[in-house]
Amino acid sequence: MGRYILKRLWHTVYVAVGISIISFFFIHLSGDPVMLMLPPDASHAEVEALREQLGFNDPLPVQYWRFASHAVRGDLGTSLYHRVPAIDLIFERLPASLELAGAAMLIALVVSIPLGIVSAVKRGSFWDVSSMLGALFGLSMPHFWLGIMMILLFSVHLGWLPTSGRGTLAHLIMPSLALGLSLMAMFARLTRSVMLEVLSQDYVRTARAKGLREQWVIGKHALKNALIPLVTVAGMQFGFLIGGTVIIETVFAWPGVGRLVVQAIFSRDYPLVQAAVLVLAVLFVLINLITDLVYLYLDPQISYLEAK
Amino acid sequence: MLSITDLVIGFHTPRGTIHAVDGVSLSLDEGEVLGVVGESGCGKSVLALSVLGLLPQPPAFVAGGKILFRDQDLLKLPGDAWRRLRGNAIGMIFQEPMTALNPVFTVGNQLMEVFRVHRNLGRAEALRESVEMLAKVGVPAPERRVKEYPYQLSGGMRQRVMIAMALACNPDLLLADEPTTALDVSIQAQILELMIALKEDMGTAIMLITHDLGVVAEMTQRVAVMYTGRIMEEASTVTLFDNPLHPYTLGLMGAIPRADATFETEALTEIQGVVPGLGNLPPGCHFAPRCPRVMDVCRTEVPPLVAVAPDHRVACWAVTHG
Repeated sequence: MGRYILKRLWHTVYVAVGISIISFFFIHLSGDPVMLMLPPDASHAEVEALREQLGFNDPLPVQYWRFASHAVRGDLGTSLYHRVPAIDLIFERLPASLELAGAAMLIALVVSIPLGIVSAVKRGSFWDVSSMLGALFGLSMPHFWLGIMMILLFSVHLGWLPTSGRGTLAHLIMPSLALGLSLMAMFARLTRSVMLEVLSQDYVRTARAKGLREQWVIGKHALKNALIPLVTVAGMQFGFLIGGTVIIETVFAWPGVGRLVVQAIFSRDYPLVQAAVLVLAVLFVLINLITDLVYLYLDPQISYLEAK
Repeated sequence: MLSITDLVIGFHTPRGTIHAVDGVSLSLDEGEVLGVVGESGCGKSVLALSVLGLLPQPPAFVAGGKILFRDQDLLKLPGDAWRRLRGNAIGMIFQEPMTALNPVFTVGNQLMEVFRVHRNLGRAEALRESVEMLAKVGVPAPERRVKEYPYQLSGGMRQRVMIAMALACNPDLLLADEPTTALDVSIQAQILELMIALKEDMGTAIMLITHDLGVVAEMTQRVAVMYTGRIMEEASTVTLFDNPLHPYTLGLMGAIPRADATFETEALTEIQGVVPGLGNLPPGCHFAPRCPRVMDVCRTEVPPLVAVAPDHRVACWAVTHG
């Protein structure tokens, strides 16, 4: 087990190197930041001087080497726009992103799994049809629209919740709901279909033939099997959520990493984009590792294969 | 002990209602082994599942009849009372040992549940009983096996575990649905021997569902031959093999390869035609379209199951009126 985790952490290094190379070269294809940093009427000499000063005139491999050798020492460069170390900016925003993603995921899972189970067990009932229809609504509704509608209702008309920003639990409610709703819908539908599949398995019939209570048959024998695909999807989605919630962050002025990165991309803030991509990639890999560790618990056959 | 009377089990399908079990009457005495034989789809598994109350409803429904077990009508029993009989007074073994055990729980965990739910045993006691039960069904090193997962066991071992589960609470009745069909021939013999030994030891009555007449001959005292949801012939095993009367039974027997037969003396016979779908059964006797002795009445009137000898009942116009 310990060896497995170490091995997987070592794999993270490969991913980080690969991602940093790819993102480095791609972002340098996107245009010249110097032109954005200087006023439009700057002279050619001034542009050249700044370019020389920032090292943009060196060949790309040299530039990458400089970035990488600093990166291993924990220095991911200085933001061209904010003029502070990129890593500080990211770590300052990361808690907000994790908080939002975590809350959205929690809401989604807590609601959707019981919903999906009941739908599967009472397949074809009024409950099943209406909750799956609701889930379809949840899936089809765009985040930004939902967010704006929530602000209109709960902040503007009712005055119950703050319109935007981060701080108290009240601030977290609307953005995490807006973000969690589509996840909830997705998980509910997934839970239902996986559960239907599992409930038709022979071992479920065996569990019933043993005289176990139906709640026990579903809550133990069926659910643990159904969780395997659910954990896969939830892990992936959580990874996406951390960096990919720009729209919700914008609507609710949530100070997360997503918005920071998008702003950095528009202002061609190379070091910041580079650093953010790297941090997010490593986080994604770590989340995947946690997902796989949950697998080991859920499916004993996997740990058996890994051991071999 | 078990007495099924005029049981009719229907299924709602997109193309209408079909009857998988159509007026079956059977009884089983204390400690008796009854074989239920028939081709795939004849309703024999549905029959067993209906005794256990495990048919998926819908689409299945009980359209009529009674299932008396120890003088209580199971079909009128509240769900929870029926549940308490399952795995306790009535055990069941299934055909597919590879899929019948839950892949994500240990063998011990799954076996212990039976003791915990029906005997209210604590963990430690349930574990001890489980180990003992595994030893009883011939699983080697049971202390180690309880900690293993189903994928670590062979098919034969898994079926032993299933038998251990089904017999854990010393049931009065064991329903065995094709318990050896999915196993290798050598393992089949071991499992059958084990079942016979346990039956002698525990006095459990067994309803053995199979399509294998060889297994029937070896294991059972009485046989019921089923075809498309109805019983065609029922007799003591000796009588049935000595003096089969129903043309369908004769057809089944003719299709068994014999070790002493040669090509010159005895070719295998086959039953003409195919089993009709349950959705478009002929009126009258269901076997009429394939029957070599078919008469006019067979096509219109359902033959009743008639006793032709004290231990021999046949549902065939040709036998009773021919």
